[in-house]
Amino acid sequence: MLRPLPLLTALVLVGPVLAGLLGTLLPAFGIGPLRDGFSLDPFREAFSWPGLARAATVSLLSGMISTLGALAIVALVLAAWHGTRAFAWLERLLSPLLAVPHAATALGLAFVIAPSGWIARLPAQALGWDRPPDLLILQDPLGLSLALGLIAKEVPFLLLMALAALPQLSAKPRLAVARSLGRGRVVGWLLAVFPDLYSRIRLPVMVVLVYGMTNVDMAAILGPSTPPTLSVQIARWMMDPDLALRATAAAAAVIQLALVLFALAVWLAFERLTSLLGKRMVWSAARLPERSLRVAGLALGAASAVAVFSSIAALAIWSVAARWSFPDLAPEAVTLRSWMRFGPAMADTALTTAFIALSATFISLIFTIGCLEAEHRHGITASSRALWLLYLPLIVPQIAFLPGLQILPLWLGGDPGLALVIAAHVVFVLPYVFLSLSGPFRAWDPRYARVAAGLGAGAERTLWRLRLPMLLAPVLTACAVGFAVSVGQYLPTLLLGGGRVPTLATEAVALASGGDRRAIGVWGLGQTAAALLPFALALAIPAILFRNRLGMRRE
Amino acid sequence: MNSGLTLEDLTVSHDGRVVAQVSASVAPGEVLTLMGPSGSGKSTILSAVMGDLAPGFSQTGRVLLAGRELDGFPPEARHIGILYQDPLLFPHLNVASNLAFGLPRGGSRAERRAMVDAALSDIGLEGYGSRDPATLSGGQAARVALMRTLLSRPSALLLDEPFSKLDTELRARIRSLVLDRARQAGIPTILVTHDAEDAAAAGGRIVQLRSMI
Repeated sequence: MLRPLPLLTALVLVGPVLAGLLGTLLPAFGIGPLRDGFSLDPFREAFSWPGLARAATVSLLSGMISTLGALAIVALVLAAWHGTRAFAWLERLLSPLLAVPHAATALGLAFVIAPSGWIARLPAQALGWDRPPDLLILQDPLGLSLALGLIAKEVPFLLLMALAALPQLSAKPRLAVARSLGRGRVVGWLLAVFPDLYSRIRLPVMVVLVYGMTNVDMAAILGPSTPPTLSVQIARWMMDPDLALRATAAAAAVIQLALVLFALAVWLAFERLTSLLGKRMVWSAARLPERSLRVAGLALGAASAVAVFSSIAALAIWSVAARWSFPDLAPEAVTLRSWMRFGPAMADTALTTAFIALSATFISLIFTIGCLEAEHRHGITASSRALWLLYLPLIVPQIAFLPGLQILPLWLGGDPGLALVIAAHVVFVLPYVFLSLSGPFRAWDPRYARVAAGLGAGAERTLWRLRLPMLLAPVLTACAVGFAVSVGQYLPTLLLGGGRVPTLATEAVALASGGDRRAIGVWGLGQTAAALLPFALALAIPAILFRNRLGMRRE
Repeated sequence: MNSGLTLEDLTVSHDGRVVAQVSASVAPGEVLTLMGPSGSGKSTILSAVMGDLAPGFSQTGRVLLAGRELDGFPPEARHIGILYQDPLLFPHLNVASNLAFGLPRGGSRAERRAMVDAALSDIGLEGYGSRDPATLSGGQAARVALMRTLLSRPSALLLDEPFSKLDTELRARIRSLVLDRARQAGIPTILVTHDAEDAAAAGGRIVQLRSMI
């Protein structure tokens, strides 16, 4: 019964991506119900959009800068501090930030870095300014504030990916050998450990690059507005009541995809170059300024944690702020008025969000456990190519294939709505649930299964009575990851819900342009809480259930 | 034939290469010792007997238990208990539930509970039923693991270096307990070990495996 599941899972991951790409490609050339037939008009329209050149530049810049920045910070932090107490402290600080949704981070960060934000209020206090400086910090035309927000959000992601890969590398003895050969800690780590580590986190790095170039939620909040980034503009065309504009959107999505492929090619060239430089450094016995690099590593790592934490804090304070004028660092009084005003509507939306997230997570969990159990029972092992399948929906930009998925049902006479949103969420939740659960599931000692078989227990009983209960903590963690991913999904919800399925993500992003800071505070904090709460449960439930079982404690 | 365990020209291959080969027969109550260097396929033979060879391995020859050919039966239908060097008590269940896990079908709830209680006092662990297995000492856990296997009424017993992690004093005690119980129960037993003392204590025939690498 389990045998077909791995294939089915591959179809769930690949099918929508391919169908979506096709559904984008055809209308881009005028084929389909939107236009009259093959023509290059959609492309002509997209190219005649005056913002295109600028939007393309911003896409490349924000993607490259954010990926380089986040990767450099992670490499520096690991090189300088991995295995120390300061690192353990930083890790504890950064891990929960992984779950904070991109949109909420962007909304909060806007409160912090805007000319009227917290940072500007410090010199304002000292120098006695009574109004915000006239600077275009937020939504700057080059997308630098967008890149900054992306870095802060991707550092925890890449760091946790690296930490998951490091145990297989015997990093500690390698570093010890490098140091005993007279190399410094930082340079020793970069030369002896990083190349291997990088080859293992290469796919997540590409996910970061593609997301940085093509995301809509963070770009709509922190990115430039006239013109917006290309992806934001595509989303606008897609949501326009004029259906013909969707063909323009499809053509623009093809252009965006070409940009991404170009950026990936540049990145690959950059990889080559770095590896050459690294080899040179091995031969040249070059030294690095160890001490300043260590300080920089810690400072940058801490700064990215502080950026996200202060964003959440800013959301929280605005949500309860009474009067709060420039340049005061805190509001004059605290009130629950905003919560009473926006709370009830948010609770409704939170229910929809939770329903979608629970459904998508549950479906993903079934696929994941089915695949892993099929692997265990029938030895259907995943090759490294299967890992690519898992990453496919994360690496192909959402903006390139989701428009196609929205146009396809239109073509087939279907309607966007809740079911389609859930199905789309599964495509993005499943990879993360799988990545999260596969490690612990495969690490489960197979001798338990043999002992159980010797006691007369079949495969089903072993799965339900031994394996899953013993893996309860990682299963719940995987669910929390899936839930958080679903809560964070903006574009699939917007496009496949046809704008009629409101979730915390779509509402929070929609509020950003309105500028009601208290509403943003309430909704942004609500989205953050929705993503974090399941993690708290995933920690608490096994701890309570197995409070009398020492052998079930987390290591 | 007989009611023991017979390995008849049992040969396991991987990619067309023979990785383990043995012919042996173990009478009820006898303990046969398999010795050999690493790479001689000791654990592969145990897997073949249990019926859970990893995919990619193929097996020729026969495994007979009480005259019945085991080929084609899934592991859980073979009634072959196994003990490893770790007790592998299920960490999420208490001691009594661990013991009850393999009880054959039949009997009322009260009868089954009584069997578990009797088993506990049999190994000197009266009143330990509600304990967390992680709080047991090494010797206690080893005894529970043995009793868990015996309660499932196995038709054969495999011992995969089960004493190698115990310290010297405990090792002798647990070894004689396990071997005595296996003999008493009249179960054909195969012991895999590196240790000559283990082999001597087993007192049965010793089969030396050749390295296949």
